This record gives sequence, C-alpha cells and structure tokens, in this order.
Amino acid sequence: MAAAVATAARGCSGVWCRAWQRGAGGPGHSPHGQRAAASSARGGAVPVGKSGLAPWVPVVGLEIHAQISSNSKLFSGSQVQFAAPPNSLVSFFDASLPGTLPVLNRRCVEAAVMTGLALNCSINKKSLFDRKHYFYADLPAGYQITQQRVPIAVNGSLSYSLCIDNKMSQMVTKTVRIKQIQLEQDSGKSLHDDTRSQTLVDLNRAGVGLMEVVMEPDMCCGEEAAAAVRELQLILQTLGSSQAVMADYEIQRQIEELENGGTILNETRAFDSKLGCTVPMRDKEGKQDYRFMPEPNLPPLILYDAKSLPANMNHQQVVNIDWIHERLPDLPSVKRAKLVEQYGILPEHSFALLNEDGLTEFFENVVKQTQMKPKKVIGWILNVLLSYLKEHSLTVKESPISSLMMADLLNLLEKKEISSTAAKQVLAELWKGEEKTPLEIVKEKKLELIQDQKELEQICQAVIDGQENEVMAIKAGNLKVLNKLIGLVQRETRGRSNPVLVKQLLEKKLSE
Amino acid sequence: QPVAVEVLDHLEQLALVDFRDTEGVERLRKAIQFADQLHEVNTDGVEPMDSVLEDRCLYLREDDVTEGNCANELLKNARKKVEEYFVAPPGNIPLPTLEERETFLQGS
Repeated sequence: MAAAVATAARGCSGVWCRAWQRGAGGPGHSPHGQRAAASSARGGAVPVGKSGLAPWVPVVGLEIHAQISSNSKLFSGSQVQFAAPPNSLVSFFDASLPGTLPVLNRRCVEAAVMTGLALNCSINKKSLFDRKHYFYADLPAGYQITQQRVPIAVNGSLSYSLCIDNKMSQMVTKTVRIKQIQLEQDSGKSLHDDTRSQTLVDLNRAGVGLMEVVMEPDMCCGEEAAAAVRELQLILQTLGSSQAVMADYEIQRQIEELENGGTILNETRAFDSKLGCTVPMRDKEGKQDYRFMPEPNLPPLILYDAKSLPANMNHQQVVNIDWIHERLPDLPSVKRAKLVEQYGILPEHSFALLNEDGLTEFFENVVKQTQMKPKKVIGWILNVLLSYLKEHSLTVKESPISSLMMADLLNLLEKKEISSTAAKQVLAELWKGEEKTPLEIVKEKKLELIQDQKELEQICQAVIDGQENEVMAIKAGNLKVLNKLIGLVQRETRGRSNPVLVKQLLEKKLSE
Repeated sequence: QPVAVEVLDHLEQLALVDFRDTEGVERLRKAIQFADQLHEVNTDGVEPMDSVLEDRCLYLREDDVTEGNCANELLKNARKKVEEYFVAPPGNIPLPTLEERETFLQGS
C-alpha cells in the first residue's frame, strides 16, 4: 500500500493533503498506474519485527494545500472557477508566454494572513517569493512560485478534539503545531490518455492561489490526522479564506492508506490521475533538486500593523494585520463554547452541531420557537433529525422538515398532548414533505394522548384483569413486570397513553 | 578547476541541458571561474541581495477578473492539440542514465 498520498479536492475550492509518516514497515508498494508515493523520511526507520530494535512510533505530519477563495488568480487576473471549458480561464502569464510578469493579488495575501492569525501564527511582516523548478506538462513555466525561504506565517498551533474509543461521550483535546503557511501557485491539470500515449493539459487551474499549511509531526495516527484536518477545514470555511471542500471519505481513505502503509522512501509525491494532482517526476537516481532561487520579479511582501503603518500610503496597497485581526469571525472552538454556555448542551453536542452545515442554525431556530428546553431539543435534532438526514443523504438545507415544523411538534410533546412515540410517528409522516402541519397529522392519525382519566383507568383495569400471572408476580415483589403491563396498555391505546400516568394508575390499582 | 563528470551529468538531468562537447564544458568552467571572482569581495555581515527591486514596493492588485477567455489565441501556439486541450507526451520521460544515453560526457 502506498504510504503517503496526495489527495483530491478538486471542488470549487479544494484542499489536498500530502501526508508523510515516519513509521515501521517495509517500502511502500506503488499500485499500477500510479506513481509511488513518499515523502522524506527523517532518519532511518527500522521495520517492525527486526530483532533487538524497538519499532518506531508512527508519527504523522501533514502538508495541506487549501485553494484560496478568490475571484482571480494569485499572480494574474484570470478567473478562478470550477468546471469551465478547458483553457478558457488562462491568461498569457498563466500560459507562461514570454514577457509576462506576476502581479500579486491582495485578496490572496489577506486570506493567508487571516488563516495565519486563526492558527495562532506569527505573521512575517516581510516575506519572500521563490521559484521551485521541476518539469511537468501542466507547469508551463518550468517552475512554481512559492515561499520557500521566508513564508508569510510561521509557528502556529491548531487545537482539535477527538473521541476516545468511538464513544462520543469522551472527548480529548489535542494540539498540533503549525510550522508555517506559505502562498504558492497551483499547477494545471493533466488528463492522461494512455491509449493514445499522450497527456491533455488544461491550464485553468494553473496559477490559482494556494495556502500550504505545514503541520509538524505531532500526530500519532490516522485518527488524529483526520480530526486535525477536519478542524482545519471548519476553520477555513468559517474564515471564508478557502471553501476547503474535501469529501470526508476522501480524508478517511487517505488516512487509512497512510496507516496501512509502510515507511517512506526518497522524496517523491503521490499522483492520482483521477484526481488530477500533479507531481514532479520521480527521480530514481538521486534526490529531486528543485533548484530554489529567489523570484526576481517580485520584491519582498511587506505587511503592516497599526504601529508600523506609514502615514501617507495608499490604503489599497496596504495589508494591515491588526485590521484583519479585529475582523476575524468567531472560530469553531469559540462558537462551540458559546453554544455550550448558552444552551447548556454537552461539548460533544456542540461538535456534532458544527460538523453539519446549517445544523446549528436549525437547532437555534427550533429553540427560539419552542418551549422545550434546549437540552431536550438537542436530542431530537441530533438523534432523530440528523439520522433521518444521513439515512437519506440529505443536507440540512434539503430537509423536508423545517425548523418551524420541528418546533411545533416539540411544543405538542412538551404540552403533553402527544407521547414521544407518537412524536416519532408524526416525524415520519412530516418527512414525506406533504406540507401538513404536525397538528394536522396528529388529528388525522388520532395520535393525541388520551386525556380522559376514566378511559385510561378502564383500559388499565382491563389489562390487569387479563394478566393474572403478571399481577401476582408484581404483588410478590417483582416490580419489573409492571413494565410489561405498561407496555400492554400502550399497545391497547396505540401509543396514546402517557406512560408516567399509566404507571401511576396501575400502581394505584395494584395496591388496592 | 574542471567540473566533475557526475556534476555535469546531474546538471544535464536536472536542467535538461546538453553540454554537447568539450567546448561547451569549457565554457561552463570559464563561467564558473568568472562568477567565483565574487568571492574576492568581503561580504561579512552583509545581507545577500536577491534582487535590485528589494526596496521597491510590491504592488498589490485588486481581486478582479480582468483576463482570460482567450483559449483560441493560446492554442494557436500549440503544435498539437485535442479539442481545447494542449497535448503533451505521456508523463515525464526520464532522461536515460549516463551509461545509457548518447552524450559527449560518456567518453569523459
């Protein structure tokens, strides 16, 4: 199994990861049709099983490339857009025609600063651009402009939580250090046509701005890596600096491959023709040498803060770190803490709410419109609504049940007009999306709780009369059997009896 | 001081240049010798200069879409194309090793 893999992300604004692992095991096997994947191994790893030597603890570091959310590219004015006709979003600079020069997009700088601040980094007030050389058909210039010597942000941290032992009830917080964030160009896309022995090149993506987030090898395993990436994804989406679209299964798949893989060999990068990631050629002989050199066409990037801001400068030419800092939105960790404090829900509930797009808003809307306490509402949202949505692969936006309908239903429940079993039946009906209100469904299916005490008493009596053995057992002290009688009453009433009331009535009768 | 064959071979692979003959290699050696004169200057405590633009202001562009939509023009330069795609050989074709390829360096 290939040990390290570069992945996906070719969504509207993608994220792809290169993961590397210092671990035990033999050399990675490269599947047919894919280039072998690896990253630099720090020191020699000794495979597990060799006698006398302790195995290495797998340590995972990640490099994540997040496509910047911007209208135009990093160094040119061509549009950034997913799925456009091939080579229609390409300027002369992107195609590397002679005489063209890079011009830096301010929005991309701001996105990187925002991301750096959100990840607790030191923002370098002076950062530099470099050229990284390698030959590949989708890199027309023969080099990528990146920030190898002095990137825009360094030395940050990312806190994330994960469940121990798959139990949602036990969450532990971990931190991974962020080594740096750098701005760099994306390359174009190669489509391999093996039958005709040729590669088709689309440069629409060439030159799109990327933020490469480099994490230190602080993670022990695939699960930690996945959790860290997920949190980063949420942060980027909250900031709006990247849409960070990457299917969850893709993250999991990459992490699993990593876990199953062996050690890393010399430096190469993974390639997946389906996903369209490009890589430098694997150099079988020696190390790949990118021949880094300063980008001669770009002076240093200077950023300012309130103190260093020059008086007479054109504000359009200024990126003010403090100004950006003041306008950072609440990060996921802050949002979660606020939810817990405001609604009295558990931390793991807040994670579940933020994990699903639009769910927090839905929850808050329901809470606003119902008398039911948030602590009770959350159960209906997470256990009932969310599972419905997941079962039918729907997003919250696509939910046939609106927050208003949900609130109405929970109000009926809270006012004890229906039982929770009946509520679930109503939900199943609402799910069909037939525009009926919860109250209408309750009336239609006669799901109201029996309010007539006499009627209930009669039913209880009938059940008691019909279950001699059970009654004897209860009178003899086996109180658990009472539940069976309650169940029978529920069945008789087709779920329309209040179990608490039924229990009281039965107990009263049995003690007579 | 002549440049080692391993270095020349490495350069040919990396930069896809072909030194071609003794004259080419000699030209390289002279170029290195010329550049080495820089070592005669005492640069202790002096920050290296990357570019004469180092004290210029890096211009920041607004995030507007101002170019693109010229696929036809761009593709006019392409020797081979398929629909609107540029056509390239199938992946990188590795340069054969020193022993395997025809290069003047073989004889060195």
